[in-house]
Order: sequence, then C-alpha cells, then structure tokens
Amino acid sequence: MPETSPRVGLFVTCLVDMFRPSIGFATVKLLEDAGCTVEVPELQTCCGQPAYNSGDQADARALALNVIEAFKGFDYVVVPSGSCGGMIVKHYPEFFEPGSTEHDEALDLARRTHEITSFLTRVMKVEKVEAQFPARATYHDSCSGLRELGIRNEPRKLLASVEGVSLREMTDAEVCCGFGGTFCVKYPGISDKMLEKKLRHIEATGADTLIAGDLGCLMNMAGKLKRQGSAIKVRHVAEVLAGDYETPPIAEAE
Amino acid sequence: MTEMSTTAFKDNVTRALADDKLQFAMTETGPRFIAKRTKAREALPEFDQLRDQARDIKDHVLDHLDIYLETYEAKVKEAGGHVHWAETPDEARAAVLEICRKANAKMVTKGKSMISEEIDLNKHLEENGITPVETDLGEYIIQLRNERPSHIIAPAVHLTRDQVEADFRRVHTHLDPKRDLTEIPALVEEARAVLRQKYLNADVGITGANFLIAETGTSIIVTNEGNGDLTQSLPKVHIVLASIEKLVPTLEDATTILRVLARSATGQDFSNYTTFSTGGRRPGDPDGPVEYHVILLDNGRTSVLGTEFQDMLRCIRCGACLNHCPVYNAVGGHAYGWVYPGPIGSVVTPALVGIENARHLPNASTFCGRCEEVCPMRIPIPKMLRHWREKEFERHLQPTSQRWGLGLWAFMAKRPRLYRKATAIAARVLSNQAVGKGRLKKVPLASGWTAFRDLPAPQGKTFHQLWKERRP
Repeated sequence: MPETSPRVGLFVTCLVDMFRPSIGFATVKLLEDAGCTVEVPELQTCCGQPAYNSGDQADARALALNVIEAFKGFDYVVVPSGSCGGMIVKHYPEFFEPGSTEHDEALDLARRTHEITSFLTRVMKVEKVEAQFPARATYHDSCSGLRELGIRNEPRKLLASVEGVSLREMTDAEVCCGFGGTFCVKYPGISDKMLEKKLRHIEATGADTLIAGDLGCLMNMAGKLKRQGSAIKVRHVAEVLAGDYETPPIAEAE
Repeated sequence: MTEMSTTAFKDNVTRALADDKLQFAMTETGPRFIAKRTKAREALPEFDQLRDQARDIKDHVLDHLDIYLETYEAKVKEAGGHVHWAETPDEARAAVLEICRKANAKMVTKGKSMISEEIDLNKHLEENGITPVETDLGEYIIQLRNERPSHIIAPAVHLTRDQVEADFRRVHTHLDPKRDLTEIPALVEEARAVLRQKYLNADVGITGANFLIAETGTSIIVTNEGNGDLTQSLPKVHIVLASIEKLVPTLEDATTILRVLARSATGQDFSNYTTFSTGGRRPGDPDGPVEYHVILLDNGRTSVLGTEFQDMLRCIRCGACLNHCPVYNAVGGHAYGWVYPGPIGSVVTPALVGIENARHLPNASTFCGRCEEVCPMRIPIPKMLRHWREKEFERHLQPTSQRWGLGLWAFMAKRPRLYRKATAIAARVLSNQAVGKGRLKKVPLASGWTAFRDLPAPQGKTFHQLWKERRP
C-alpha cells in the first residue's frame, strides 16, 4: 500500500450514475477503506463507448477528450466497470496520433485508470475486505474486464474474504451474457438466446446470488431472471465487497 | 438457400432461433470443439509463440504479395503446372470450365474448397452439363440438401444425425430400409461406398488449398477423411482453386502455421492427412494427375491490402472464431447469409460483397472478444468489425432511428450540465413508475430491451445528485 493517501478520481459510469448509485457509493467506501481520498469530477458523463461501438469516431473522441480533461491530476482513476475501464485503458490511446499531446494524455490516463477490484488488489495490495454478506454466490466474468483488462482472480479473491460469501463457479463463466451495449436492443432475439444459456448455467450452480462487475451485464441478466420469476438476487461486486446488503438487489424493490 | 440482404439477416435469425433441430445440433457441437482446442493448446507450451510467428509470416507475405505470387507462378510452371489468374468469380468459373471442357469432363470430384463456394462453382458446372460430386462427408451431405456450408471446416454442423439419415435414404435409393443408419460410422460407411466409384470415374478432381508455397510451387491441403488425396490423385486432371492470400514463402513457414491450424480447428495436433502437391505426374511416376492447374482468385482481396482491413487476409480458415462465438452458436452459420459465417465471416463478407449488402453482419456482435482471443493468426476481429461500423456510419447506412438516438445521446453527453439535468429527470420518471417493483415490464421506445427482459428501474436520484447532497 502506498505511504501517502492516493488521490483517486471516481469514474462513476453513466449506468451507475443513472440506475444504481449504490454501486458508486460502495466503490467509494472500498476506496476510502483502502486509504484513498476520493473525488468525483463534475465534468464526467460517459466514456463514449456507445458512440465508439456505433462507428461514430468524432463523438467518441470528443467524449474521450472530456474524460481526459475531467481526470487530469488524479493519482488514479477508478471505475466500477471493466467495460468502461477497458474503453479508457485500451481504446482511448487508439483515438489519437502517436506523438500528439492528446495521445500522450490518453496514455497517461490509461496508465492511471483501473477497474475497482483490480485496483484494490494490484495497486493498493488489498488482500481482504472487512465485510459481511450472506450469499451462496456465483460470479460472471464480464467480457471487457476479462479479455481487455485480464481481470479474473481479483474479484474472486476479494469475494472469498467477505464473511458469509461462498462462491461456486458456473459453467462458461467467461462466455458473454448477451448484453453487448446496443447489441441487446438491436438484436434482441440473439441476445435472448445467449442470455438463456447463461441463466441456465447460473441456475445450475444452485447459487442464490449472481455477482458481476459490470452494471450493463447485471441489468441484462437480472432483467430476464426477474421476468422468469427467479429468486436469484443480482448484485454488483462492489456492493458485496462493501457489505451493502441493505440496498435491494438489482431489479428488486426489497 | 438463404438470401443475403439487409433485411434477410434478421429474418434468418428469427428462423434460426425457432429451429429446434438447428438449436439441438448447435448445442452439441460448440462445446466439443472448444474443449478439444483448449486441451491441444494446453499440451503445447509454445502455442502462443507459434501464433506470433504465424501472424508475422502472413504479415510479411501480405506486405510483399506481388513478389511471392510471381515466384510461386514461376515454380508451378517449372514443375509442369499451369497457373490461371482470376480477378473475379466469373473469370475463375470460366477457367475451371475451360479446363473441364478440354478434358471432356462429365463428372468432377471435389475436395472441400471455400473458394468453390465463394464462386458458386457447382451451379456453374451443372449448368454446363458437368456433374460435381463433393467428397468431404459434410460437403457431400449439404450437396444432397442443396445447401451452403454452415461452418468453414464442418459444413454440416447445423444438422442432426436423423436429418442426415433421412437425406441418405431419400437420395441413396439402393438403401435397404432395414439397414441401421442411426450411428455416425454407419453414415460414413454408406457415403464412402457411394463415393468410391465416383473417385474412379471422375475426369477432373478439384481441391482447395490451405497453403501455397512460393519457394516450391507446392499446394497443401489438410483433410481428415483422405478424400482430398483421392480427389486429386485419381483423375487425369487436378485443379487447385485458391485465393491469393494463401501464399507462404517457404515449406518451413507452412509447417509453422500448420502447427496452429489443426489445434485451433479441431484440437488435433495435426489433421489426419496433410497432402503436398507440386505439379502433375512426372515421367516414371506410377500415378497422379497428368495435368495440374492452379486457379488464383482475387475477388476483391487486393483492394483490402494496405487498408485497415488487411489483417483479415491472415485468416487460415480454421473456424476457431466460429466455435467460440456465442452469436454464431446461437444462430448457426446460415443466418449470416453468404459463404463465410461467424466472426471472421462478418469481417470478410462486407469486403467481398460490399458493406451496403452486409450491413447487419458487423453489428451482430457483442464485441465479447473471444474470437480474437482464440484466433491462431491473431486477427483483431472486433477491431475490424468496428471499422466496418465506422464505414457504415460514414456512409449513413445505419437506420435513421439509431442515428438520431445516438446523435441525441452524444449531444447531451458532450454537455455535462445538461446531461446531469436530463439523467436526473429520466431516473426520477422511471423509478416513479417502478415504485414497489424495482423493475419495469414495458418502457416506451425500449421494446428491444423489454421484449425478453424487464428493465431494472433506477434507484431514484442519480449518483451525482446524491454525491452533492452527501458530500457537499
């Protein structure tokens, strides 16, 4: 753990901001417990992924520049999402000509940016969290976190340290749930078929709680679990690690 | 035959999702291929290094393609073979037909060739009175059904055993109704018996090529059934149909790539048969074709060279990206509507038929990245798909609703203060509608979401509102 308190800028993500602020607050708690000073820059909106993945490079660049500007000066930028994290770390530098000031700034931001569970374990060297959470849980690896940022053991290691959490692996944990941003509304039938397979694997574990690190995937999976009348509770990994079992699970009122 | 157009993809998908037999066939095969590849990869510590080498070999070839093509042509001629250049499918078909006519061919046997599919060769031969007979079991089955391959290396992967049995009974009228054909070996035996005579009677044998070797003028095919060998060595004339990017400089290079090919494709260390052909029969040879022809197809590939899409030409058609693709496994290969299905198909097809004719393909991906993760040639497939989306965006090929929706969203997202207000309102409105439920069954303009799932409702206030309240 660094000797002085690192100054961390929280990139809330647009989904957490609008749909589930509790994930943001859980992330803040985890960061502060780990000894960080957390700030939330006002200028931030979205990482630009919807534009980028729709082929709209101009808007993607504009939003990237906005994020670069918003997070200047922080020691670290932490994101409760592997997807938005992957966008900043892997893709922002591709937007700009190597050698340009923007490119240097994008690289600098990429180096400072981390997804929450990997930040805690890799940078802050957190071995365990002080939290309780009663859950027979299974963990879904979101694609970008797994394949763009190499996050696999980090959330599992931290979850194993939560008092009351027992983890059981599902088959094909690393296979996409069918969310894919705008994909899930453009091709709902294909998305649903992928989701159906995912839910079958989740249910086969006998878990009562589904955990993942990306709200998009979680909303997708929770949305169908609840449509089917499933009792499985769906939570973001940060909420579980912060011991926030009082906030109703995703897509539930209590 | 499924048609390829902007509207057909969605129809194809709807049909595929409702096809129980297809869904059953897809559930059985996908995981099997994946498990085998994983095992083969784990058994070879240098696998990822080989992938790097394989990528570098092809990159080098693509950067110097003209030189290697010329060298290759000279070497083929030296070995007594003939090289035919075909810029378009039309030219390739004409070249095949001319060779067949000169040989007075009535029947040709064929080893598996995706280029043959790309130029729709069988139809052309039939129209000209020549009977093509596919000898790869999967290809043979789909020929009986008048279908296209649904997978690059396993053309009949979309079919169940009972469907194949029914096709055999329909076409092989000599079959005893009491004969048991329920197991795969029985089906193979039956196909073999029928094909054996065709090999002997064929006037011309047509194969594809997995590699063309510049230093020797050799073509290589890999098969598991040995059908390629019989196809090319028994008839008097052997035609190799290949596209120009199949070139590699040396035999050594070919063997490097061969080490990742079968492992990625089927999880075998090597395919059962790896066959090298250099020219036709030489004086003193006891057998082999008298004539050896290579038809080199471009069909738009040279226009990809030097562009952001060049990496797609490294593809060795192993099919690993298909096997690992959740979208492919959900809808099967025919939904893609043309010759090359799956992730690599969605990259290649727009280049060959025009993005305006393949608009959906690059969009029907979640960018989950599994294709790139397993590609033996390290083709950045998601990145290429995104490049196609950029082309669509530039050319205004996306639906108006999508453009407007995205445009409005981007307008707001670029204006943080306005964005704050708008999201606060949206969060409040949606959460008010979901009081006591936590989710919404229907949301205006969001039927794509709510068709199959509820929309989890916002908690009420946005994070930014709450942050200001709690940490002023």
